[in-house]
Amino acid sequence: MAKTDKKVPMNHVIGFALSLIMTLLAAWAAIQSDLPVTWVIVFIMVLALLQAGVQLFMFMHMTEKESGGGAVPWNMMFHGFALAAILVAGSLFTMSFGFDHGDHGDHGGEHEEHMEMDDSEGDHSGH
Amino acid sequence: MAAEELKTGPLEYRTQEGRMTILGFWIFLAAEVVLFATLFATYAVLYGRTADAPTPMELFEPGIVLVMTFLLLTSSFTCGLAIHQMRRGNVKGLMTWMIVTLALGFGFLGFEIYEFVHYVHEGASLTSSAYWSGFFVLAGTHGLHVTLGTGWAILLLIQIARRGLTNVTSRKFFIISLYWHFLDVIWIFIFTCVYLIGMVI
Amino acid sequence: MGITDILVTGEPIIYAAMVSIALVSIAIPVLLTYFKKWGWLWREWLTTVDHKKIGVMYILSALLMLFRGGMDALMMRVQLAFPDLGFLDSQHYNEIFTTHGTVMIIFMAMPFLIGLMNIIVPLQIGARDFAFPWLNAMSFWSFFIGAMLFNISFVIGGSPDAGWTSYTPLSGAALSPGPGQNFYLMGLQLSGIGTLATGINLMVTILKMRAPGMKLFHMPIFTWSTLVTCFIIVFAFPILTVALALLTIDRIFGAHFFTLTAEGLPMMWANLFWMWGHPEVYIVILPAFGIFSEIIATFAKKRLFGYHAMVWSMIIIALLSFLVWVHHFFTMGAGAFVNSVFSISTMLIAVPTGVKIFNWLATLYKSKIEFTVPMLWSLAFIPSFILGGVTGVMLGMAAADYQFHNSYFLVAHFHYVLIAGTVFACFAGLVFWYPKMFGHKMNERLGKWAFWIFFFGFHVCFFPQYFLGLDGMPRRLFITNVVEWLPLNVISTVGAFGMGLGFIVFVYNVYYSFRHAEREKTGDSWNGNGRTLEWATTTPVPFYNFATVPYVDEIDPYVRMKEEGKTTYDESQLKPIHMPSYKATPIIMMAFLGLASFGLVFEWMPVAIFGLIGGVAVMILRSFDYDDGYYVSVEEIKRIERKARGL
Repeated sequence: MAKTDKKVPMNHVIGFALSLIMTLLAAWAAIQSDLPVTWVIVFIMVLALLQAGVQLFMFMHMTEKESGGGAVPWNMMFHGFALAAILVAGSLFTMSFGFDHGDHGDHGGEHEEHMEMDDSEGDHSGH
Repeated sequence: MAAEELKTGPLEYRTQEGRMTILGFWIFLAAEVVLFATLFATYAVLYGRTADAPTPMELFEPGIVLVMTFLLLTSSFTCGLAIHQMRRGNVKGLMTWMIVTLALGFGFLGFEIYEFVHYVHEGASLTSSAYWSGFFVLAGTHGLHVTLGTGWAILLLIQIARRGLTNVTSRKFFIISLYWHFLDVIWIFIFTCVYLIGMVI
Repeated sequence: MGITDILVTGEPIIYAAMVSIALVSIAIPVLLTYFKKWGWLWREWLTTVDHKKIGVMYILSALLMLFRGGMDALMMRVQLAFPDLGFLDSQHYNEIFTTHGTVMIIFMAMPFLIGLMNIIVPLQIGARDFAFPWLNAMSFWSFFIGAMLFNISFVIGGSPDAGWTSYTPLSGAALSPGPGQNFYLMGLQLSGIGTLATGINLMVTILKMRAPGMKLFHMPIFTWSTLVTCFIIVFAFPILTVALALLTIDRIFGAHFFTLTAEGLPMMWANLFWMWGHPEVYIVILPAFGIFSEIIATFAKKRLFGYHAMVWSMIIIALLSFLVWVHHFFTMGAGAFVNSVFSISTMLIAVPTGVKIFNWLATLYKSKIEFTVPMLWSLAFIPSFILGGVTGVMLGMAAADYQFHNSYFLVAHFHYVLIAGTVFACFAGLVFWYPKMFGHKMNERLGKWAFWIFFFGFHVCFFPQYFLGLDGMPRRLFITNVVEWLPLNVISTVGAFGMGLGFIVFVYNVYYSFRHAEREKTGDSWNGNGRTLEWATTTPVPFYNFATVPYVDEIDPYVRMKEEGKTTYDESQLKPIHMPSYKATPIIMMAFLGLASFGLVFEWMPVAIFGLIGGVAVMILRSFDYDDGYYVSVEEIKRIERKARGL
């Protein structure tokens, strides 16, 4: 897989550059940009998933032929992330049932609605 | 427990034991994904439940978080370089890059401890509200993983200094590299879902 | 804190328990010293990494826990038999239903099944041990020490009393101060680590150590059920780990996840608990399905009908098991839409389960059934489990659940699935594979007595509870002073004692068979009906399992081997066998972590920190240990095999 005679592994360098760029992009979108909140969240969630992909495929040698072409790691990671989406989205779906939190009143309810909507969208774009 | 040994390919994959241990570690990482997902779910559900404590919007600062992120991203890169050197059979390169990785890891931990202490001073601690309980346990669990990783890496550095590159030591280093990259994956999501989203809404 | 604050006082039953615990703890060392067995115990059992011995220890511990949980159950049934009986006070009753549930699910059902998996799965796939034998020993000791930690709560510190689901805010620090709930949290946490490790271990074993030629779809169905179960364990147990840790942090370090103050959300505990808890239900039922499938195919003397459908239905059940958790708290009030979604996903699970039922029936259809004891348990399972399954679908309808929930209807439902499914399977599997473990069968006549007494006791005990539930009797009730309930409660208690009697006959049978049963001469113990590789080994199984690893390229390979007069043994192919060495580190490490947990239970931080440091030190020691086992020489293998095979 990795060409062991090379001094500098290009795929690692590319991966590193990509993750730096994506981090800065996400930070810019969240802090500097004027995008609507929903789109910011969708955008940075997609960037996070892409960055996770960079780590898994470019750094972690997930699909090496010595680990059976990565069949098992792939399978476990895929199901792990799918379940992660179910846990987060499912918990928000189930637990946002109109309790307001103490004295915040309506304000708190708004928070929860935001989170629920945004997160489920983030997950759809991820899978 | 077959002891047959391949003659080619990376050292860590040459024995059946090595291949099985690496596979087992991947499965463990899948369990870790779920572990962190549960913490994320708890954090998300408790979002906004700050009670009388400050809100995240008031406390989060982009500067320090970006520095921490770059430290960890770079350490993940240098860890990859360490494994690259290992596969070239270069023990010295492996050890050098691993020590750089460790130094970056300690830098990350230093900033995280500073950050936590700062928040506690501002009145947001584990016990101040449901939201902050969620925050400290989520970020703290990641920090604990990084701490364990540094301790583990030091043990492996001692072992490789004593034994050199073998099937076993290279397997151990390969596995800690998986662990270290994985911590970076988790951090990306903490950075995005906790800090960035916390600064937006 | 004085000694009287720590020991539980004031109850005759607890004093009796203390005396018996003290007597047993004195008797065991005395007997060991008298018979000079300390060295033997340490060398052969406490430090073992052999999957067969670890499996035996799992099953023995599980039987012990079945006894403990069963005693709890009988005490509850005595209390409930007549109105205002006053046998237990309300506090003691709360503790007993809590420990009954926890012990039965976590410390009985799972270890029993994991014990059977330990012994049988490597034999079924032609492996010589687990992928990680050291880790396997560590898993056992983490379970065992976790179980012991939980059980001593009865006499030291006081048992947990918030139900096996430990719902917050009741189980939080404000409403349940003291060590009781901490015992629950730490006991489960400790044994949960072991379960997760076993899940990973077995998964790698099955994926990587199968006999040459054996594809996934050649594997015996019990091995398949184990693989699917491990998949669920790996994904479900981290959720429990986190939930327990969060509640521990709440209770000991003052966080606010599940508290009523500082905007904590108590129902989040229910949400997390059942995100683990529902998959957990399938962790204890899928291996049971696997055991029944093996037994039914063996004694119907046919290949299992619909092997592929069986496997796929298990995989679908595993995936769906993560999508139904809210049906455990429909009445939380999440709203009609949420409840509808989970109602539908719940009912979907009935489909693959139904597929399995029909496949068992089709395997039996037109076959020449041999009514052995394991087969009786399996045949009794099918109709009994259906009664539990269809009432489960009734409970799964959210609107109807508002009526059924929290009543004895629910209690009857889950006992029908867990006893008729899991407990019957444990008994069936133990009797079925008993000759592989101990070199002799269990007595058939006594076994049938045990079966019939337990079977009738079970139905007499739990069938009336459906009607008690429909008559409005709530669960976890400690006084039953409603006239209409009296007859059914009396009948139910009689049935419970029937089950107790059945268990006694079963245990007596273990002793009787040890003394009197004929020793096995062949490995194929059930009249030559064995179909899978475990029956191709000699009895008792040599410690390396297979002298030469067989080549397998079909389902039920041993059937063809027998037709062609072959065995797995080929003397010309013998090579030295590599085996792992026995290690003391697993038990020592888990003892330290057990001590740390004990310290946390009483919030004695120095003890907890000392235990933790000790545990980490042993882990470091392990990391520097490069001993990778030893080789068994060809001469020794030849000698063992010739003796075992009478060559």
